[in-house]
Parts: sequence; C-alpha cells; structure tokens
Amino acid sequence: MGDMTIRPEDAPVVTSQVTESEVLANLSGPGGETDLRITDSTLRDGSHAMQHQFTEEQVRGVVHALDKAGVQVIEVSHGDGLGGSSFNYGFSKVDEFDLIKAAVDEATQAKIAILMLPGLGTVHHLKRAHAAGASVARIATHCTEADVSLQHFAAARDLGMETVGFLMLSHKASPEKLAEQARIMVDAGAQCVYVVDSAGALVLDTAQQRIQAVINEIGHEAQVGFHGHQNLSMGIANSVLAYQAGAKQIDGALCALGAGAGNSPTEVLAATYERLGIRTGIDLGEVLSAAEDVVRPFIPRLPWMDRASITQGYAGVYSSFLLHAERAAERYSVPAHAILQRVGEAGYVGGQEDMIIDIALELAREKEELREHLDSMGDLAAIGVR
Amino acid sequence: MAQQTRTKGTAAIVGPGNIGTDLMFKLMRRSDIIEPRWMIGVDPSSDGLRRAKSLGLEASHEGVDWLLAQDELPDIVFEATSAKAHEHNAPKYAEAGILAVDLTPAAIGPYICPPVNLEFNLDATNVNMITCGGQATTPIVKAISSVVPVPYAEIVASISSKSAGPGTRANIDEFTETTASALEVVGGAQRGKAIIILNPVEPPLMMRNTVFCAIPDEAAEAGALQDAVLESIHRMVATVQEYVPGYHLRADVQFDRPRETWQGQARVFVPIEVKGRGDYLPDYAGNLDIITAAAARVGDIMVAHRLGVESTWKSSADLGELPDTAATSSAPTSTATAAEKAGV
Repeated sequence: MGDMTIRPEDAPVVTSQVTESEVLANLSGPGGETDLRITDSTLRDGSHAMQHQFTEEQVRGVVHALDKAGVQVIEVSHGDGLGGSSFNYGFSKVDEFDLIKAAVDEATQAKIAILMLPGLGTVHHLKRAHAAGASVARIATHCTEADVSLQHFAAARDLGMETVGFLMLSHKASPEKLAEQARIMVDAGAQCVYVVDSAGALVLDTAQQRIQAVINEIGHEAQVGFHGHQNLSMGIANSVLAYQAGAKQIDGALCALGAGAGNSPTEVLAATYERLGIRTGIDLGEVLSAAEDVVRPFIPRLPWMDRASITQGYAGVYSSFLLHAERAAERYSVPAHAILQRVGEAGYVGGQEDMIIDIALELAREKEELREHLDSMGDLAAIGVR
Repeated sequence: MAQQTRTKGTAAIVGPGNIGTDLMFKLMRRSDIIEPRWMIGVDPSSDGLRRAKSLGLEASHEGVDWLLAQDELPDIVFEATSAKAHEHNAPKYAEAGILAVDLTPAAIGPYICPPVNLEFNLDATNVNMITCGGQATTPIVKAISSVVPVPYAEIVASISSKSAGPGTRANIDEFTETTASALEVVGGAQRGKAIIILNPVEPPLMMRNTVFCAIPDEAAEAGALQDAVLESIHRMVATVQEYVPGYHLRADVQFDRPRETWQGQARVFVPIEVKGRGDYLPDYAGNLDIITAAAARVGDIMVAHRLGVESTWKSSADLGELPDTAATSSAPTSTATAAEKAGV
C-alpha cells in the first residue's frame, strides 16, 4: 500500500493545476491564503442527529461562531437536502428556507451552501434557496447515478451559484466508475466533485484511491473534495489522505454532529491540519469554542461509534438510516443493528428510508415464526418428547 | 355503413423505444379492440422500428407528419416520445380527430389512472398517463381519501437504475412535480409530495413504492374507521391487479399514531411492489410495465367507447395468469433470494 506516514511536505503543490477562476478564488479566506477549504455541515448533516429539529436561534449561534472562526462555507438544509421535510425523512421543525435566510443574515464572510438531491429536491427548491441568499449549490446523487443532476447543475450555474457535486456512498463504486461519474458532473457544470463516504465505510487506501482517480479525471478543470464519516473512526485520517492526494475541499461538522457515528469533527480537522502545517484559514481557538460552547450544549445525544453505527460502517449502510432504524427497532421490537445489517445486504441506497420499515417487519415476522416454532417444541417437551 | 359495423380500431405508436415496444406487445396480446398498425420514429436505424416491422406493423422513421399524410389514419395514437415532441404533435392529432394517449410528462389532457378516473374522461380527446410512480400510487391515495380526509400524501418510488432511461434521468424534476400534482388532482390529497430513488443494485430491484398519507388520529387506532381504510386499500389493489398482475402489497399496511416529529400527524404506510409482466421488458421493470399496461387499458376502453362496443380487454385471469398474492409471507423469501443472488 505504500508509505502511509503523514508528512506536511508530502502535500502537493497548491492550486497550480486548477484553472477555473471562481474555484481558484475559493482558496483565499479571511485568514489569508489557504491550502484547502473546509465546509462545515453541522447545520445540514447535523440535522439528521437533531431529527431535523434545529431552531433559528441554534442556526444563528452556529453560523456566528463558525463565521468568526474563519470557516469559509457553511451548509444549511434539511439533512436530506432541500425538500427533505417529509414522513420518509422526518419533518423540519423550522422551514429550511427560514433557516437559510437566518444563516445568510448572520454570516459576515462565510458563504452559505445548500444540499439538494435530485429526485427529492427540484430546481424550484434551488431557486428558493438562491433567493434566500445561498450562494453554493451542492448537488448529490448516488455514486453511479450522476446523470440525474444535469438540469440542477445547469440551473445552479444560471443562477450564478458556485457548484459542488456530491457522489454519495462512494464506497459502492470502483475508483474508475467514480471518476467516470465525476466527469459527468463536471461536464454538467460542477466546479468541484466530492467523494462522499456516506456510510463511513472507506478505510485509508480505499478512500485515497477513489480521490486519486477522481483527481486524475477532473483535477485540471475542477476541484475534488472529501466528506467523511466516523462510523469506523476514519473521518480525520481519510481527510488527511484526501488532502495529500490533492483534494481541496473537506467537510466537517462541529462535535461530529451528523448522521451515523457523525462526521469528521470540524474542530479536529482544524487542529490536525494545523499540526501538519496545512493552512485552513480557521482560528483553532475559535472553532474549539464553537464546538464546546455553542454546539455541545444543545446536542441531545453526541454521535457515537456504537454497535449500530459501527455496523453501518462495516456493512456500508447510509449513515442517516441510523435513527430511522432505531425508531423502527423500538416500534417493532427488533434490534437496530440487525435491521442495518440487512439493509446493507439488500443494497438499499440513500433516500430509501422507507425500506427500513419493510426490513423491520420482515425481522419481526421471522421472530414471530421462530417463537411459534419454539412454542411447538415446548408442547412436544411437555408430552415427553425430547 | 362501414362505421356501424366497425368493432375494431387502429393504433399508431409514436416512439419506438422500450415503452413503445412493450406497448405494442401488450396491445397485440391483450386487446381485441385495438390493432396496432403503425410504429413511428425518427431514426432509421432504430431497433424498435425494425422489430415492429418484423411483426407486421408499418414502420416509418419519417415522423408524425408521415403518419398524418397517409390515406388511412389511426383511431388512436400512443405517444411515447418526450414532453416537447408531444406538445408539438398534440394539435396535429386533435385536428385529424385522432384520440391521443400521452405517456410523456406534457400533460396537455387530464391525468388518467384507469381505476380512479377513466370513467369520467371517456370523451376526452387527449389523456395523460401521469408517471409510472403516479400509476402505482394515485390509486392507493384515492382508496384512502375516499374513506378519510387526506391533508397530505407522500410517495417514494424506488426503481432499478436499469429501468430509468435517459429521458427520465435528464428531466427528473418532471417526475417529482407531475406525480406530486397527480396525488392531489387524481388521488384526492390536499397536498402531494413525490420522491424518486434510482438503485443500481444487482440483480435489479423490483419497482417498490411507498405511500404515506396523513390520516385522522381516529383512523390510526384499531377500529371500524381503520378497517374501512384497510378494506378500501385491499379492494383497490385487487382492481389494479386486473391490468397489472404484478401489483401487490409487499408487507402489511401499517398505521401509526401521531408523532410530534411528524408535525403532530398520524399516518398510514402502504408498501407496494410492482413486478413487471415481461411482455417485452424484464420483470424488475414494473415501473415501465405499469404505465404501458395502464395506457393500453385506457386506449382499449376509450376506443371501445368511441366505437360503441364493449371493451374486451383480456384480464390476467383470462390469460390464465394469477395475480401475485399479497405477499406478507413471501416477502422475506424474496429479499433473502435477492441478497443471496447479490452474493452477500
């Protein structure tokens, strides 16, 4: 696998190959020139962990603290992207467009980004987000279905938004396939494409190979990003390897607030990159304070690597299925980790939260059949059959 | 005189792709009223045109203008092209007095779902088939809204990546917006929302649709009202099975009490699986099967109505096919098999 030692001098030369001027412009933050740009997703991926119950006050508090810490991009949306408020994914407590407006109002230097998943969100949602002041459109598809995003990239570019493509559940596609899909997004207008480890299933070289393949394909025209999860505790390590491979945009969330075992914690990314001499433009003291003093107090339950979320990383299951599986487990009296294991086996992708109910019902039925079977054995035992 | 003795109508299929070809097979096998006589495309190298020709249809790559220049015109045209093409062609069909069944998202005519509202639109000259997800889910929403008020209906249509063509992919917003609108207009919900998911897993997944409806709290509790909702759903499933035998409940309908995170609403969950009939397309492509089956059924009934004869549509039972049973017990088996085949 090659030398895995992490050294600052291994970092490739910054920005020399990126040609699109808007994208190049990203690399100068309030803290001067930077080597990469961190996008904080506390207010989007964190929405999953908050069961989509963010209040405007919480959003303002987080944006204020991140903005002050020098984070350049802050993502605000329902966890499943624009239009996600639903029975299937959970209803938002506060309308996401009101939260976006509040975030835009609060930010002084940071850009506000939104996420949208074609098939759920539409161009109509994108226009509303833009009208509310969002300036970065992050458009996400399953890692093999990039061609459902063409109309949304075109619309985002027409609106003058910066564009980012998100290839979700990237562990499910080979590096070559991922590169081919990234090409589709760039041709459609993406200025950056992310390798998104939605299941927290990529482990070191499997992450780096994918990022490398995408960079080889699109690196001379667009940036490459990495979005990590902590299900196997690899978020930070994979993000460092991503930078070493040439990725220029990295996602994090304060206190890891996000789906599954959470995201790469923004404050740990900032500390780790600083230790490696990689400039993020983030003030470490401020971002540590944002995590500890602003976010931590309102989190009902810190994301954690427990049996269910580790199973997600191991079985390659979309991280935001976690709380849905826990609720189904409670409703149908079957174990959450067993639901997630079977969801992984069936190959369900992001957005198929409804299948968790099918699986829970299936497990409940099997349990009932087993009980009947055991009961009938009990009857036999009662009449002396051994 | 000839008019009075006519008991059959002729059809042209415009768009020789997968949908058009499957539709041709369905009409040939299942309708005694409609004779598919023309297959119209724009690409001389089209496989669909070649296949139609080999089956005895007149096939032309010179488009709708060629069709309309023939001495004899069809009674009905099925348009399986694109919204833009249908918008262009619809006035020409209307002028020529040809009934148009629109399988594109153009939606010039009313949305039609056969068991829900065809009987009210028999005299329309242009009808729209909504979307595959709309054909699968609006009947269920209608079944529920005819028993209790439905302030909100939401559907999730999961289809295999292989069954989503380039047209669907390039215009995916048309699916979500058209389907959502049909949940209101046809399904009877006050507000509709539609979600579509493409899943690339191998072997391909069957089309699976979830219908969630907000319902009155009382219907979420066991009792007469809930029984009435359930019975209405089961009756509708049986009605759709008359023309889509692979349409079934994948598991039992679930009623849930109100939750705060659901904006205080109670809900019903209806899991529908659609196995295609394999007339031309593979059985996982239930999404394509349900819209071609619905279009063929609509055409058959509307042409019969125009000719003043009885529709002689061959139901699955007539053809000796049994509808898939509502498979509470078979669901785990099918999933296990899929998982085994996937090598996990």
